[in-house]
Amino acid sequence: MSTPMSPSASPSRAASLTLAWRFAAFHAEGFPVLPTLILLVLVLTAVFANVIAPSDPEIGTLGERFRPPAWQVGGSEKYLLGTDHLGRDVLSRLIFGARVSMVVGLTAVLFAGAVGTALGILSGFLGGWVDQVIMRVTDTWLALPALTFAIFLAAVVGPSEMNIVIILGAVYWTRYARVIRGEVLSLRERDFVRLAIVAGCSKWTIMRRHILPNVLNSAIVLGTLMLGVVIVTEAALSFLGVGVPPPKPAWGLMLADGKKGLMAGYWWLTVLPGSCIMLMVLSANLLGDWLRVKLDPQLRQL
Amino acid sequence: MKRYIFRRLGYALISLLLLSLTIFVFVRLTGDPTVLLVEPGASRADIEALRHDLGLDRPLWVQYGAFMRNLLRGDFGSSFYYRAPVLELYLSRLPHSLLLATTAMAFSLLIGIPSGVLAAVRVNGWGDGAGKVFALLGLSMPSFWVGLLMILFFSVYLGWLPSSGSGTALHLVMPAVALGWYFAAAHMRLTRSSMLEVLGSEYVKLARLKGLPEALVIGKHAFKNALIPVLTLAGINLVIMVNVAVVVETVFAWPGIGRLLYEGIAFRDFPVVQATVLLGGVMIIAVNLVVDLLYAVIDPRIRFQ
Repeated sequence: MSTPMSPSASPSRAASLTLAWRFAAFHAEGFPVLPTLILLVLVLTAVFANVIAPSDPEIGTLGERFRPPAWQVGGSEKYLLGTDHLGRDVLSRLIFGARVSMVVGLTAVLFAGAVGTALGILSGFLGGWVDQVIMRVTDTWLALPALTFAIFLAAVVGPSEMNIVIILGAVYWTRYARVIRGEVLSLRERDFVRLAIVAGCSKWTIMRRHILPNVLNSAIVLGTLMLGVVIVTEAALSFLGVGVPPPKPAWGLMLADGKKGLMAGYWWLTVLPGSCIMLMVLSANLLGDWLRVKLDPQLRQL
Repeated sequence: MKRYIFRRLGYALISLLLLSLTIFVFVRLTGDPTVLLVEPGASRADIEALRHDLGLDRPLWVQYGAFMRNLLRGDFGSSFYYRAPVLELYLSRLPHSLLLATTAMAFSLLIGIPSGVLAAVRVNGWGDGAGKVFALLGLSMPSFWVGLLMILFFSVYLGWLPSSGSGTALHLVMPAVALGWYFAAAHMRLTRSSMLEVLGSEYVKLARLKGLPEALVIGKHAFKNALIPVLTLAGINLVIMVNVAVVVETVFAWPGIGRLLYEGIAFRDFPVVQATVLLGGVMIIAVNLVVDLLYAVIDPRIRFQ
């Protein structure tokens, strides 16, 4: 035989080719492979933080304070990315920090999304005074600078992880409500909704069965884009001391602690946590942008 | 026109009312607001006295009336830490915030407008690509992290710029860049899309048909018109910058109202926090009103909607 390939091998080769073709097609549509991978890695890091982390993120050795990363003079193999002002392992804190950011970010986005979508649907579908009340509140809350509003709420309810989620939800539901209401206003005039009204469906059923499924795409796109905003806000709150309470390893808190070594040039305490925040936000934004074009052409001009 | 102005004024008033109501409700939501409003370590008698002053034994709407009366008289309470009326403190910090915000705005426009024009003139060229990367980074890097990185590089390693404080022009450089960074990206995106829209319009086509050189078409006919929405956004953003500089001002110890807000949290000085949020909201509602009214003057279509 001149060709080394046996006939029996060709189906599998064809299969792998289709797979490659599919991947390429996906790629051609601009699917953000790298951002998705980064987010996936971050999710896995968050889930398995206690398995991966080499040491305890909250307890340090005071004798090992401000150790540089392992490759620098004075670094040790034990602390790959160095230690902070309390001698805590930076790598372990970064790993557990992914968990804090993911948990706070995702729950806050879900919370804000659920409230905002529900109120947006009610406002758009019912109209009248319900619409007026919800939209006036939305306008007013949108006018408040998000970070300042969040700081005010944090000062009122006090810092804890649970409260941060509630605060972020309270600050950001308005963004959903505004967009979803706009969508519902046009859906309301569509034939399938009018037919449902004629058929005698209750308002509740129409909103749940006919309106909600049609606005879910927009809510998902907004949610992905909001993830970055929420994570940055959480980091800023923690940085200012009204977010996740210490000694929890949150990235924003690490940046605040990193200030203590900044003038001495302990770069790893500032560069590393910030890079993690940026990587996560950038990935979420890229994925969100792609989803926006993919799922919801109407939102493209947003 | 008159009807539009009145309606718009009405909306602004409702917004202000809802703003005060929001603050009022949230402060009372957690139970006893005296805990927030009394100095840490106050005596029982002091707490009782304040409780009586606030009228917490009276119905909520009476309390709200008293709260509003104080606000309308310009009485935002007193700072525990500075032993001074909050409004006075706020006004004494405002010039610093305005200086920082104006400089940051100048920086963001200086970067945002030229790169936006470049990206629009050569769509999908390298300038457009670089602009997209810049916009993405600008929107993804938290401003306070940009500030910390700059301190590390320009103050600690190079020793060129002072890391904190105020007084000289050099002190202003890093806070302004850190604050303007995000807005530069936003202004670039808007300049690009606004330029693209104008470049596709009939009068630009006509200018080209007349045989005008491309530089004149872009510089004289397109650029000037594309600038209108960008400058509108810049006006609103200037007010927003004054109100979102908390983290940047904290990083650089810049004595503006953001720093005041931070001190308010750090010293558990609640009247300061409350006043900063309220006044920030008032400022933004006011600027939105002004922009809407100006647009109605310029563009008759809005008036008759």
